Amino acid sequence: MNLVDDSRPGRREQALALLDQLESETPAPGAPRIGLTGAPGAGKSTLVDALLRELRRRGRSVGIVAVDPSSAKSGGALLGDRVRVRASAGDPEVFFRSMAARERLGGLADATRAGVTVLAAVFDVVLVETVGVGQSESDVSRLADTLVYVAQPGAGDLLQFMKAGLLELPDIFAVNKADQGAAARRTALELEAGLGLGEREASQWTPPVVLVSARDGLGIRELSDAIDSHFASLVESGELALRRRRGADAFVIEALERRYGSFGLDRIGGRGALERRLRVEPSAARYGIVAALAREIEEALAKPRG
Amino acid sequence: MAEREQPWVFRTYSGHSSAKASNELYRTNLAKGQTGLSVAFDLPTQTGYDSDHPLARGEVGKVGVPISHLDDMTTLFEGIPLDRMNTSMTINATAAWLLALYVAAAERQGVSPKSLSGTTQNDIVKEYLSRGTYVFPPEPSMRLASDIVAYTVEAIPRWNPINVCSYHLQEAGATPVQEIAYAMATAIAVLDTVKSRPDVTKQAIPKVVGRISFFVNAGIRFVEEVCKVRAMTELWDELTRERYGVEDPKARLFRYGVQVNSLGLTEAQPENNVIRIVLEALGVTLGRRARCRALQLPAWNEALGLPRKWDQQWSLRIQQILAYETDLLEYGDLFDGSAVIEGRTRELRDAAREELDRVLGMGGAVAAVENAYMKQRLVESHTARVRAIEDGSLRVVGLNCFREAEPSPLGTGSGAILKVDESAEREQVARLDAFRRRRNAEEARAALRNLEDVVAAGGNVMPPSIRAAHAGVTTGEWTDALRRLFGEYRAPTGVVARRSERAGDATSRIRERVHALSERLGRPLKILVGKPGLDGHSNGAEQIAVKARDVGMEVVYEGIRLSPSEIAQSARDEGVHVIGLSILSGSHGVLVKDVLDQLRKEGLAEVPVVVGGIIPEEDAEELRRAGVRRVYTPKDFDLGRIMDEVVDVVAESAAAA
Repeated sequence: MNLVDDSRPGRREQALALLDQLESETPAPGAPRIGLTGAPGAGKSTLVDALLRELRRRGRSVGIVAVDPSSAKSGGALLGDRVRVRASAGDPEVFFRSMAARERLGGLADATRAGVTVLAAVFDVVLVETVGVGQSESDVSRLADTLVYVAQPGAGDLLQFMKAGLLELPDIFAVNKADQGAAARRTALELEAGLGLGEREASQWTPPVVLVSARDGLGIRELSDAIDSHFASLVESGELALRRRRGADAFVIEALERRYGSFGLDRIGGRGALERRLRVEPSAARYGIVAALAREIEEALAKPRG
Repeated sequence: MAEREQPWVFRTYSGHSSAKASNELYRTNLAKGQTGLSVAFDLPTQTGYDSDHPLARGEVGKVGVPISHLDDMTTLFEGIPLDRMNTSMTINATAAWLLALYVAAAERQGVSPKSLSGTTQNDIVKEYLSRGTYVFPPEPSMRLASDIVAYTVEAIPRWNPINVCSYHLQEAGATPVQEIAYAMATAIAVLDTVKSRPDVTKQAIPKVVGRISFFVNAGIRFVEEVCKVRAMTELWDELTRERYGVEDPKARLFRYGVQVNSLGLTEAQPENNVIRIVLEALGVTLGRRARCRALQLPAWNEALGLPRKWDQQWSLRIQQILAYETDLLEYGDLFDGSAVIEGRTRELRDAAREELDRVLGMGGAVAAVENAYMKQRLVESHTARVRAIEDGSLRVVGLNCFREAEPSPLGTGSGAILKVDESAEREQVARLDAFRRRRNAEEARAALRNLEDVVAAGGNVMPPSIRAAHAGVTTGEWTDALRRLFGEYRAPTGVVARRSERAGDATSRIRERVHALSERLGRPLKILVGKPGLDGHSNGAEQIAVKARDVGMEVVYEGIRLSPSEIAQSARDEGVHVIGLSILSGSHGVLVKDVLDQLRKEGLAEVPVVVGGIIPEEDAEELRRAGVRRVYTPKDFDLGRIMDEVVDVVAESAAAA
């Protein structure tokens, strides 16, 4: 984990090679990668804790990556989430890594994606927890097989979420704090109504809305079951491979765009051409491809235009 | 001239090593003219562990007396007739149990509970906010607290079942306004819970209100403190009349005890602390209208380690001179009619009422614990205080100004503090073992089953607890039974959502160093701030965590009460570059070595460790010999310098790797 988190050039290449090896050698479908996102205060950490207990009860080992925001000013970050994730204490079958969404040393995608890849090779299940503030939902949806959106009753945040057009991303909605009774049920109903209106990709899966109370442990089993059946449906329909591929391709493009801008992408034919190229690329070694394409762009940039 | 008033109760917060050693100390103190007792329990007792529990290791008898069972409690009060004693017990999560043991010990002396007087602190809210010895989640904790209130109001009518504490809020950095508001919010939470009980009649409410007492802090700004207690008196009168309909003015009296401030006591030039203690005592004794009912003064050398008998005696003499030699108690209220005092009192009262309404608006004290509102406000205030000391705008004599000093003849060396004998823990465990073998095991089991049944069915915890005390149940067993029913709780740390400070030059400079080192390390410098052991005083750790974030580090802070192996596991999972441990209970010797051992086991021997706490110099030397890279004590107030050194330490070990 320390290696794939290291941005020094020598280490970086070592890490990329390791990651590609892990990606290609891990037999499909491998460990389910579950993303959890939601507004601050929705109770994600407590829910992760409850879910962790349930998964451990089912005998599965769990790797967790929790992403916290970092201060734009100082670059520092308080990774305080773990205080409420206690099921892991002293359990060798649980690994917990917190990460800051460091603006300074590269984006959220890089380090998190690398961490998830490593943990997926070692643990039965991988959980990724992020604070839902706009961009991160689509970031996490690219590296998760199943995206769980954690909503809370009285959902002002939910309305924002719908407005932002993000309703089509999650595969499961968990309405937390069901111990608050009527308010939680109302939010669940609103969500179900909202889901009926929204457009979704033509897949078989209809996102369920699960009422949970992380505090009292209510609905956790149902949530865990919903996650399992979503993963099973992905495997069965063949959607899993497609989805992972799409996520990996988006990661490649973003990595290049972050480094060279759209200007750099234009030098090798532009974004659309790159997407088409990746779609027919036979090798699964996405990290290696980033490096190869980067070299291509650099060469193109070095040549005079014309 | 008014009739000379009776003095307040003189106490000293004390207890250490064992019930026997503490009993001797209490008898000595009483012989010297102390008029009440204030029992300090050790951390295992406060958090519901027997002395032989793995988490109790290193903590037994350190910050107070270990009480695991009825024989311990009986020994603690041997030769002290409980019907004539006024005993205050600083006990919260396990208050019902320690009160049950106290009642059982009295019954053994042939004393009826009806004639007992004293106080159980029993204020769980501030445990979540600052002191950290909570066990159960807020809701069942409030229920236990209200069980004690409902029980004592009938069965032990002279008992103060709860001492609502603003004391610890000030220690955690609260401003006077926050102190007043949060104490009132806590009292309301307790009273509302009691009021909603089916077993408490409407007629009993005034009696209940009349038994609520407060535990207040007295700081060095003693004029403002005079106004603070007057504001509290007025607000309480108003609240109890309007919210609870109490007609009898006597039942609306704001009754409070005091421990004067420890936050402001300095390790540098510690003799100055005596002057601070005297001035702080004045704040809560000068005005007759809002004078404290009981007073506890710390010892001048508390910031150095555990005070000796002589140090405690010196503090008792302050009270005696104030009460018996001066003419203070001969007059009516000194401040009635003072425009200055009345003006400031009004300001504090109005601002506190506003803050109280804010807390009530979000659902009251329990809700404001769960959503971390109060905790965040306290961490903010404390951070502001620490920064003001750093930049010199808040002056502390001997610490950040007037530091030029002659060597103190009072002595600050190894003989100047009390050391708890390392054999105390071993002996306590042996006594516990013998007790378990001696008791009727079947009877103890039956009493525990009865306790669980009664509490699960919603019955009052007190009667089955008293029965369990007589049957030989232990502190750990009692708490475990309730842990099974209620679960355990981890409180929010309050540091997560803090905003960054505006960086001064010093902070910017350190930030540059952190960023440069992070580039060299390949990822941001990551620090684990850990609190091993049972000590819940998290202010120091929180300040370090916030500062580390502000200078650009990634900070993993997981709250209090972690075992050494949990700390090592986090260090491994999180891949941290350095570990900072904070231990204020005096258990640093055992705990730090355990952490170092666990780190070696995880293959992390090279991760540097720094330690902060109340650590005498010779212990510090020993820790450094064991491999600790830096040791910090209360005199190291400059967080910037500490951060600079943390960067040094990481740079050194990165260079060595």
